[in-house]
Amino acid sequence: MNNLTKEKIQKLIESNPLMVFMKGTKLMPQCGFSNNVVQILNSLGVEFSTFDVLSDFEIREGIKEYSDWPTIPQVYLKGEFLGGSDILIEMYNSGTLKEKIEIELAS
Amino acid sequence: MISKADVINLITEKLPNSQVFVENIKGNDHLQVTVIATEFNGLSLVKQHQLVYSALKEELASEAIHALALKTVPTN
Repeated sequence: MNNLTKEKIQKLIESNPLMVFMKGTKLMPQCGFSNNVVQILNSLGVEFSTFDVLSDFEIREGIKEYSDWPTIPQVYLKGEFLGGSDILIEMYNSGTLKEKIEIELAS
Repeated sequence: MISKADVINLITEKLPNSQVFVENIKGNDHLQVTVIATEFNGLSLVKQHQLVYSALKEELASEAIHALALKTVPTN
């Protein structure tokens, strides 16, 4: 990944407390896994930002390298990688997701 | 395209103390994989998933596996 791509990713993650890299948009997710994450975050009623990796090939490949995570979607909370779709679903089902997001966003 | 046996072999090669269960969701490139492993003990969920992904790195990059739903379970 080149430096420009890395800087772009860092800027997105640092300027958005809850940031989702996904395929498609909040209103039109282009993949079932991305849709899962959007639905979960919507249902928690938290504010989040998204970036459509289908619009930018460099970011699409760069984000996988950035977090050593080979799949999309990817969720970042306060600059830290939280997980992909499976982890979000698991945290949501166990009730830990809402708590974690609320604590991190309040601090 | 990748067989269930290939997926199981790749993961158990990386995680010798694991039990791997693979199901097709729709078509052979959409997989539901569950891994129970002592190697996960004490690791965060992200690290547990990263271990499994690292075993399937090439298959994910080449899209031999197009979609993977993963569940990891520590033994302790």
